[in-house]
Amino acid sequence: MLNQLTISGLTAKLFKREVSAREATQSCLHQIARVDGKIHAFISHDDSDALAQADAADKLLSEGNGAGRPLLGVPVAIKDVLAVKNQPLNCGSKILGKFISPYDATVVEKLKAAGAIVFGRLNMDEFAMGSSTENSAFGITRNPWDTERIPGGSSGGSAAAVVADECLAALGSDTGGSIRQPAALCGCVGLKPTYGRVSRYGLVAFASSLDQIGSFTKDVSDAATILSVIGGHDSRDSTSVPQPVPDYTVGLTGNIKGLKLGLPKEYMIGGLDPEVKAAVDAAVKQLQSLGAEIVEISLPRTDYAVATYYIIATAEASANLARFDGIRYGARVDGADPVELYSKTRGAGFGAEVKRRVILGTYVLSSGYYDAYYLRAQKVRTLIRNDFLMAFQSVDAIVTPTSPTAAFKIGERSDDPLQMYLSDIFTISCNLAGICGISIPCGFTKSPKLPIGLQLLGKPFEEETLLKIAHAYEQSTPWQREKPLL
Amino acid sequence: MATTEIDIKYVAHLARLHLTPNEEKKLREQLGHILGYIEKLNELDVSQVEPTAHAVPMVNVTRPDEIRPSLSHDDALQNAPARANGLFIVPKIVE
Repeated sequence: MLNQLTISGLTAKLFKREVSAREATQSCLHQIARVDGKIHAFISHDDSDALAQADAADKLLSEGNGAGRPLLGVPVAIKDVLAVKNQPLNCGSKILGKFISPYDATVVEKLKAAGAIVFGRLNMDEFAMGSSTENSAFGITRNPWDTERIPGGSSGGSAAAVVADECLAALGSDTGGSIRQPAALCGCVGLKPTYGRVSRYGLVAFASSLDQIGSFTKDVSDAATILSVIGGHDSRDSTSVPQPVPDYTVGLTGNIKGLKLGLPKEYMIGGLDPEVKAAVDAAVKQLQSLGAEIVEISLPRTDYAVATYYIIATAEASANLARFDGIRYGARVDGADPVELYSKTRGAGFGAEVKRRVILGTYVLSSGYYDAYYLRAQKVRTLIRNDFLMAFQSVDAIVTPTSPTAAFKIGERSDDPLQMYLSDIFTISCNLAGICGISIPCGFTKSPKLPIGLQLLGKPFEEETLLKIAHAYEQSTPWQREKPLL
Repeated sequence: MATTEIDIKYVAHLARLHLTPNEEKKLREQLGHILGYIEKLNELDVSQVEPTAHAVPMVNVTRPDEIRPSLSHDDALQNAPARANGLFIVPKIVE
């Protein structure tokens, strides 16, 4: 079944003309028709447009014009937070109404230039605010391993779609773990590049100093392929860094002898599910047997990361979401004057979690509170970043669990926002520090059988090392070959 | 700041966000709880620390002040809730 292949598996067959892009796309669309009723990874998908793109890809393939297009004919689905020209852009919210994007995000332009079949709007927590995809205005997404459980969030649709073989890969966004955590909970590879590695032009902004676009793939090699395509400086994103983009697949040799991996002592205590701990402990031993040296390190300000994040991210979100006012786009609720129009539009259009964060963010930035909250949080952010930079002086990468637990049940945490926030404890610091991170499968819980994720954190712009370690571990373990029964 | 009571009405007005009385009540409770948790940041001595606005060591990224192509007029208006004569229709601002 073509939809079950990895990108490298499919491109090999496509370039040898053993199969067509149309067949591959149809295979994904059939899978969506078969299983998405149960999973609801997709908010929408335009099948005829996908097939038209496939036909265009087949034409290039048959003409032998595939060179320089590493994703030619590969169906890649997109989180509903990224602009794709002439497709709906809703960010999982009601407030954007019937918005159709007039332009492509830079990453989408790059995927298209690489020949990918860019299709579908994947479900997400509204405006990327959440850890379970329960905050979408378009319904929940269910974990393919157990449909009574959440897929994680905010890129829950992206993770579920890849794991359910509804597409070969997907793009998502990660502000506090929104790629890595759903990848862990659904059992696939989720990569968050270094801040500034990938252009944010066309990514609807949640927290501008934390957001980064990344990938969901079935293996590490595919993640490397996608990063090589979507990475790079972009003059339209003034926070993108002019660092050259290597071919990230070149370093995947399987040899990690002598690399030093840091194990932060603050991460392996209280609140960590015993099965998750056991799986991560076993993974660390496996990495040791592959030749890596394990070093105990300390990230002393770990305990302050969630609090710091929820001030900075909500503050930035309150500013970024101010544009949704019913004037230039989206849904509008009329008012007697502009202020009433804005208030009513936003009151009707935003969901509860978004309102919570906008109010919190507005509060911490408001006169009289800015110094006590926002400024202080930015200083703690410096301390957290310094913890990582210090640690990276003695290790090449850091290894941790991705999430303290496996997937929880739908509705289990939705009444306690703080409980939900604390589930991001391991992923959040990475965004504050601006470093890169990846989650890869490292086992399953016993009963029910749920995926467990291993997180690797790397130095800024050293995704090559991160991918090398992840790849070596993956190739020596059986986890990626396991699929949920759908 | 021990018991943190947010003036929800005031903050909602700053955020131009209409809340029902029920929403106000719930938010006051939930945000009070969250702010209580955030108090732990006061445990740290940040007196000698510079704030980090963002993690990238880049400042003042600019480009030449030249006109470049952007969205066409029509593209920019295509999602407007109300439009006429190539303009967005809005409620009266000035009497």
